[in-house]
Amino acid sequence: MSGFLAVLVVVLIFIVIFQIAKASEYVSILKGEKKARQQNNRINGFLLIAFLVLGLIGVYYCNELLKGKILGEAASEQGDSIDNMIMWTLVITGVVFVITQILLFWFAFKYQEKEGQAAFYFPHNNKLEVIWTVIPAIALTILVAIGLRHWFAITSEAPKDAMVVEITGKQFNWLIRYPGKDGQLGSKFFKNINDATNPVGQDWDDNLNKDDFMATEMHLVVGKPVKLIIGSRDVVHDVGLSHFRLKMDAVPGIPTTLWFTPKFTTTQMKDKTGNPDFVYEISCDQMCGAGHYSMKANIVVESQQEFDAWVAKQKSQYGLAHEAQGSGAPAQPVAPAKDSTQKAVAAL
Amino acid sequence: MSNEATLHSHHEVTHGAAAHDHGNGHDEHHHEDSFISKYVFSMDHKMIAKQFLITGIIWAIVGAGFSVLFRLQLAFPDSTFPFLESILGHWAKGGRITPEAYYALVTMHGTILVFFVLTAGLSGTFSNLLIPLQVGARDMASPFMNMLSYWFFFMASVVMTCSLFVQTGPASGGWTSYPPLSALGDASIGSKIGMDLWLTSMALFVVSQLLGGLNYISTILNMRTKGMSMTKLPLTIWSFFFTAILGVLSFPVLLSGFILLLFDRHAGTSFYLSELFVAGKALSNEGGSAILYQHLFWFLGHPEVYIIILPAMGMVSEVLAINSRKPIFGYLAMIGSLFAIAILAFLVWAHHMFVTGLNPFLGAFFVLLTLLIAVPSAIKVFNWLTTIWKGSIRFTPGALFSIGFVSTFISGGLTGIWLGNSSIDIHLHDTYFVIAHFHIVMGVSAFFGMFAGIYHWFPKLYGRYLNGTLGYIHFWITLVGAYCIFWPMHYEGMAGMPRRYYDYSNWESFKQFAELNKFISIVVFIVFATQLLFVFNFFYSIFKGRKLTTTNPWDATTLEWTTPIHPGHGNWPGEIPEVHRWAYDYSKDGKDFIPQTVPLGPDETAH
Repeated sequence: MSGFLAVLVVVLIFIVIFQIAKASEYVSILKGEKKARQQNNRINGFLLIAFLVLGLIGVYYCNELLKGKILGEAASEQGDSIDNMIMWTLVITGVVFVITQILLFWFAFKYQEKEGQAAFYFPHNNKLEVIWTVIPAIALTILVAIGLRHWFAITSEAPKDAMVVEITGKQFNWLIRYPGKDGQLGSKFFKNINDATNPVGQDWDDNLNKDDFMATEMHLVVGKPVKLIIGSRDVVHDVGLSHFRLKMDAVPGIPTTLWFTPKFTTTQMKDKTGNPDFVYEISCDQMCGAGHYSMKANIVVESQQEFDAWVAKQKSQYGLAHEAQGSGAPAQPVAPAKDSTQKAVAAL
Repeated sequence: MSNEATLHSHHEVTHGAAAHDHGNGHDEHHHEDSFISKYVFSMDHKMIAKQFLITGIIWAIVGAGFSVLFRLQLAFPDSTFPFLESILGHWAKGGRITPEAYYALVTMHGTILVFFVLTAGLSGTFSNLLIPLQVGARDMASPFMNMLSYWFFFMASVVMTCSLFVQTGPASGGWTSYPPLSALGDASIGSKIGMDLWLTSMALFVVSQLLGGLNYISTILNMRTKGMSMTKLPLTIWSFFFTAILGVLSFPVLLSGFILLLFDRHAGTSFYLSELFVAGKALSNEGGSAILYQHLFWFLGHPEVYIIILPAMGMVSEVLAINSRKPIFGYLAMIGSLFAIAILAFLVWAHHMFVTGLNPFLGAFFVLLTLLIAVPSAIKVFNWLTTIWKGSIRFTPGALFSIGFVSTFISGGLTGIWLGNSSIDIHLHDTYFVIAHFHIVMGVSAFFGMFAGIYHWFPKLYGRYLNGTLGYIHFWITLVGAYCIFWPMHYEGMAGMPRRYYDYSNWESFKQFAELNKFISIVVFIVFATQLLFVFNFFYSIFKGRKLTTTNPWDATTLEWTTPIHPGHGNWPGEIPEVHRWAYDYSKDGKDFIPQTVPLGPDETAH
């Protein structure tokens, strides 16, 4: 019933607007085309300048309202350089935005048709055109130069001492694997995948796999660079790290990498944001199916001691898998392993 | 085919037009024109333009209506709306849209708006209407191919409509349809038969675009009237010309990408598939690259955004000049910048792929080339500003939409400088910032250009005016609404809020925008209702609008206004007029305007 009423109200408003519009069309015919045009010009000229003023106030007001809701300080060193880049770009584009919008609406208002004022025949002016070709070109060159410096720093090779974590996307969650004590991830092959005991398809014949463990949360050490080895089991996903200002696609068959250095522990971030529920979240940023919006994993950034204590409690996936099958039982027949992880590392 | 030849082939028609149409403004009814050949399988470019326009309008209502539905979900994720179940059935069980339906709506919204509305509806309509009229030709180079172009589009529309009603729903992998998601029915319900229909529809659409585009190019190159050199063409024609070239060169690449995808889906190939474990079992595919599809897709996908925006630019240039009573400033620079944009359009596709693991060194070139596009874009903006400077502006609805176009083009274009820089994109990629950027710059801007075109050329299409007051209401609500919808989305994107999420309430990082999402959705509903008002105005005015009393209602210089109010097939009852000057002699030598058909005076210099 309320839906029906709502539709009725909308239709009534339509009819009212339409009748007014029809009437004003008749009025303008009676007044004569010229008079009607002058009136329309006055009204719309005023509205244009009002839109400019209110619009700029609106831009300011919107910023006041929302600036507290966007992320605070970047939580990684790489994020700082991205924020710096955003700042430079904001300054340059912001200035251009304000100037050009003011000129546009001001000119429109000022040069509306008036009695006895003819337009100025001004087809071209080479000097002006050269000026506004060269100035944007210079400004953009500067932005490209700063941007590429950051880009190459961010995409550079991870430091040697970086810890390695593998993250694999699947519909619709993240599988996180740590290399264990040896610091090296064992090889894997997609045909070994078994959701119960071997979610990423580790090759149990590879000794490097014996100490690798899976985790439901990603634990990282504050101040220590981490290199993510990113992959996918099924469709394209994307590791979205909004607080660290980074993201990288997870592509099946083609491992990608991303490294960064977390700056603040989760506890520190709780203080900084004033939100006791604060948590670093990994969002999936590439459309991956019906559960895309719920594909989440958490990151805990902590001190080295806390991290070590956490690692000590983890059980290797090899152990878990073989426990499940009963001790001493031979591993499942394994297809010839194809080492995609090491290939990726070697290629970098 | 030369103009003479076309003239010949339409001899009957034009002769008839001349005989029946002496000065009176009525539709001429040639004895050979049956209802079918006049309104359905018409080969008259003006009728085909109307067909494209009205089909586009219907699709726009559907596509925008879908956005209303999914904005309802985003605004009120926990509420139920029983009426949704009555429209969507099991896709909205209990009155709440399911995630599958949400993604189908999002995908169809994108596909419909990008391809069916802003490509076919915008460029199809105005290229068809204006190219023959403004270059001075009786019709397109091949009226028959032109007719086929529409009917292939129509078939694409039929197939796409069918896909909405299949049991497993339409495609739902996003308008970009990245594999493996789009290749595997087990990965997503929308990748079952819905995806095949989507690919079939798009293939038909590509055929339509090629038939149309080749026709536009050959008409512009070969069928200009006497005296109409390329540099005397109005900028509308230049923009349609570059648009057609972009389409002809890039749509086939898209088609090839789609064909490979079809092979992967049904022929067991592995072009895009490798090392997959889906629905509990490992697939046999190895060695393919999911990224290859993205390259093929964006090789069209990026030029596509210029296919959408260039015609709008051309029409805005024309409408602004006419209503400022001033020549467009820097005519040659405008052509040069269109040319530069068209070239660069082919060299920047990988900026959609900065975070796919693309080689960073290669990425650097795409950053450079992408930001280079800002230079010709800036030239165009400054030239538009200078065009209205010291003008004598008449605020017709067309002129207002043109001013709105420049405003939104600036706003959306500047954020392109953010996203084109890979070091910012790595944070903002696939967030609401991207949604804000491209909706403002190619959604709202292109629509504003289209509206400017419709308000301006409606008198040529139907011999009547659109209601001006409704036009002003339409403009102001749309302009204010568009900024209210998309401006705050930049902030959501700055927070890293990912696009294509069905519900944000479980995310600690993004749930603070719940109120904002509600606000945005409410504005969406108002703006959508306003568009319906425009649609009503459009159809009402076709039959009841104020009639034209003069052939040249806007005091414009171009050739289309030298035809009768209701031109027959063949456009000019007599000889095609000869052109002596460029299209922008406004306020020259104390004269308000000098039509292109007027010879240069004895001591007058060409521009």
